[in-house]
Amino acid sequence: MSTRAGTISPVKNAIWQGIKAEIPITIGVIPFGLIYGVLGLSAGLTPLQAQAMSSIVFAGSAQFLGAQLISVGTPLPVLWLTTFIVNLRHVLYSTALGPDVQHLSRKWRWLLAYLLTDEAYAATAVHYGNHQIPLAHKHYFWLGAGFTLWGVWQLSTAVGILLGTQVPPEWGLDFTLALTFIGIVVPSLKDRPNAMAALSAGLVAVLAFSLPYKLGLMLATLTGIAVGVWLENRKGKMGH
Amino acid sequence: MNLWIAIIGMGIITYAIRLAPIWLLERATISPGWRQALRFVPAAVLSAIILPELFLPGGTLDLSLGNARLLAGLAAILVAWRTKNILWTLAVGMGLLWVLG
Repeated sequence: MSTRAGTISPVKNAIWQGIKAEIPITIGVIPFGLIYGVLGLSAGLTPLQAQAMSSIVFAGSAQFLGAQLISVGTPLPVLWLTTFIVNLRHVLYSTALGPDVQHLSRKWRWLLAYLLTDEAYAATAVHYGNHQIPLAHKHYFWLGAGFTLWGVWQLSTAVGILLGTQVPPEWGLDFTLALTFIGIVVPSLKDRPNAMAALSAGLVAVLAFSLPYKLGLMLATLTGIAVGVWLENRKGKMGH
Repeated sequence: MNLWIAIIGMGIITYAIRLAPIWLLERATISPGWRQALRFVPAAVLSAIILPELFLPGGTLDLSLGNARLLAGLAAILVAWRTKNILWTLAVGMGLLWVLG
């Protein structure tokens, strides 16, 4: 990098690094956005509403669940509570990266918060974790990674809306949602409390699947958190 | 139901969740108990989305060898664990789904 410092500015370089780091992750997002577009229309959203949800909410899993909930006429408070639970994990991302952006202006922080998705966090957290890179331009990496995902998400949603029902269901493209999440969550299960939190949450989600309005998802999440905290505290006590 | 209100509400909730810690960190701190609980949220939520996709394709429990999503998903979990690579995870998962399905 230092050899090219004369030809490429650190800002452009950081943006470019962010884009490059994000591109492999977007591969799994393309079919996911496509399917969301198709699903949004079949849930009763207009093309404009389906596209707007991708810009306003900009959270794939919440949009997927939201479209499904809307299609069965879920009351708004339940829809919003589900959105809250499903997106609560972003508090963690925001808390993890927050201290490193406190020196930035409000506008910067507002913008970066909007771009804080699972996929952008996955790339950005690695970048911020590398302490050999100075902090000065790291937010441009976040910007590059975040907008790359944003653009891919908007475009793939648009393509899904245009294709509508022409995507054959037998392609099973909706499965890319589960696969992308597997790719994100499995490598993060580094200790027993996390692994057991994941396992117990998954088990409860399967058992409670028939509950209305995806309430099983909430029950599963709370179970997983409780199991993780309990195991970690027990381990802590036994260690002392 | 007004769908615009539904969408905008979802957007406000999502954005508030993403912004609040970045925004409030200069004035407040998150207690260790909450922080500990939050650390388990991604694993719990994402697994709660993933496992029904594998075990309940189409909404009914299917533990048979004919459940291509279960087999492809388990293989993908193995690949994700060994390679930590999202592209390999997707390739193996979708490849197996198409071959088996």
